[in-house]
Amino acid sequence: MAVEDDDFERPLRDLEKKIEELTGVPGGEDRSGEIARLARRLETLRQEIFSRLTPWQRTLVARHPKRPYTLDYIGLLFTEFVEIHGDRKYADDPAIVAGFASYKGTPVAIIGHQKGRDTKEKVRRNFGMPRPEGYRKAVRVMEMAEKFQRPLFTFVDTPGAYPGKGAEERGQAEAIAYSLRAMAALTVPIIVTVTGEGGSGGALAIAVGDRLLMLEHAVYSVISPEGCAAILWSDQGKAKEAARAMRITAPDLKDLEVIDDIVPEPAGGAQTDHARQASLLDERLLAHLEDIRSVSASERVECRYQKFRRMGKYGQARFF
Amino acid sequence: MEIAWFKKIRKPKQAVEHKRVQVPEGLWVKCNGCKEIIYKKEVIRNSNVCPKCNYHFRISARERLTSLFDDGRYQEVDTDIYSIDPLKFRDTKAYKDRLREYREKTGVNDAVINARGTMGGLQLMMSVMEYGFMGGSMGSAVGEKVTRAIERALDEKIPLVIICCSGGARMQEGVLSLMQMAKIAAALAKLHAARIPYISVLTDPTTGGVTASYAMLGDLNIAEPKALIGFAGARVIEQTIREKLPENFQRSEFLLEHGMLDFIVERREMRDILIRCIRLLYNADLLAAAAPATPAGGDVESIASRSGGASSATAGPRSREPLPFPGTFVARQQTPGTELQ
Repeated sequence: MAVEDDDFERPLRDLEKKIEELTGVPGGEDRSGEIARLARRLETLRQEIFSRLTPWQRTLVARHPKRPYTLDYIGLLFTEFVEIHGDRKYADDPAIVAGFASYKGTPVAIIGHQKGRDTKEKVRRNFGMPRPEGYRKAVRVMEMAEKFQRPLFTFVDTPGAYPGKGAEERGQAEAIAYSLRAMAALTVPIIVTVTGEGGSGGALAIAVGDRLLMLEHAVYSVISPEGCAAILWSDQGKAKEAARAMRITAPDLKDLEVIDDIVPEPAGGAQTDHARQASLLDERLLAHLEDIRSVSASERVECRYQKFRRMGKYGQARFF
Repeated sequence: MEIAWFKKIRKPKQAVEHKRVQVPEGLWVKCNGCKEIIYKKEVIRNSNVCPKCNYHFRISARERLTSLFDDGRYQEVDTDIYSIDPLKFRDTKAYKDRLREYREKTGVNDAVINARGTMGGLQLMMSVMEYGFMGGSMGSAVGEKVTRAIERALDEKIPLVIICCSGGARMQEGVLSLMQMAKIAAALAKLHAARIPYISVLTDPTTGGVTASYAMLGDLNIAEPKALIGFAGARVIEQTIREKLPENFQRSEFLLEHGMLDFIVERREMRDILIRCIRLLYNADLLAAAAPATPAGGDVESIASRSGGASSATAGPRSREPLPFPGTFVARQQTPGTELQ
């Protein structure tokens, strides 16, 4: 096995630095040719590197701190966003944002995990790890989407549901379970996009939809590679092996017939160009929305049921 | 967060303890609760509960079935579903080999048994998880079987009881295991809408993805005393919040106190309580009045052996008439004048 480099972007940074240095030098017609040549080289190299990322490297891209988050997509793809807060039972959870907005003139409901950019925000958003209140707020929006017959978009990007004492006391498991069942029963169109980390049950809780999309470098798994490595290999350091073994990348999930569509990312990943990423996603969201809106509500619910009903691979034989 | 943490911690520990106790195999057992050495026959007579401290020993799925159904008689269904190795998964050992070993050790195909029978004279479907098979973990086969149990209850309009005993989703099948949570929850949404009672019985341990899907979705969620029930593993939580957790954290009594369970019931009373609850909830008149669905009953054997042989099939639900599926916010959102479907 080739050595996996966590810092696989280093050659790109080196080149960028070189270009910057050349640009900084005053005068000289001849330099522009050199710069253009390096810029072309940079693009080729970027494409090369990102076309053969290992599962672990994709995990790192999926967790990139500059990746667009739910509120970024909302800002770029929707208008008139009204965020709602609170589960009406206990608290508001900033790790999940939810509300209503306009998508190309159509009123829609939106639910998504939200991570923070700076330290203060990261803490406030609990690193995108929801507590039960977050899922209960999500269910509130789902129920409203149903009541007012608004299509629902969800954006998935979480390391997982928060493993805390209070979260357990207030029924983390029940909150997730309830959300799963509620989503399965909604009659409105639901489009799910895994934009970054699809971390286990905490991700799935808002990811039961008619269409499941995944960004090219997003990952989605039953447990984090580190967690899997710690349990099965008794060694967190085996995360790279675990990432490969669990088949967590978008192409893997397409092969396993879990997701419907892979949304391409700009060369270098979504974090390099939020606007470009949003427009690449926009195209797919619109196509899928039009598609699933054309069927009747009851058909849609039954199709969604059959979609998940088919998931999983097992054999049939008698051993005993 | 996947709760195989518990499997890792608990199983080896138990095995070691069994070895340490120097008593003739089979005659005596050491109680994991009070550490007393007890005459095994006495424990068995007492529903596998310690007569001294009331510790509930973990029992196999078949023991559970025998103890609950009328005269201990039941009919196993969906017996041919088994786990394959869709990811070609290998950690310190190949998943395929693990599966074979567990099949040989436990005598069951996978970590759950589906059965139908009568309890107090009432027909019902039951899914009982087998902890001895990879810590009761849920992969595609478990997900498929539990889903089939729900669909049978739905088709035949009979109550459903699921006895949970699981460390959570099975990592060796990756995201496919995760998806079983959604698959089962979706089937339960139908059952919920059809007003067929589902009682979830949580036994030691019920954790991770199983808790976060069907274990917590019963019309009634009931538990045996002192069962470990939770989402995240205690070790993970302690590492995250950097503090010691209280003594009874994630035990049945703790969950009852926090409003997550309806009640705790001792094993020797389990059967009677289940019968009473089903009688109180199961409204046969209501179901009979509902639009005629698919014919009730049906030939079990023909269904179970429908695709016999060692075919390596991907999940394919049996074809049936689409079921009526009214909106499901009955429980939380009382709409005046909602007609029963």
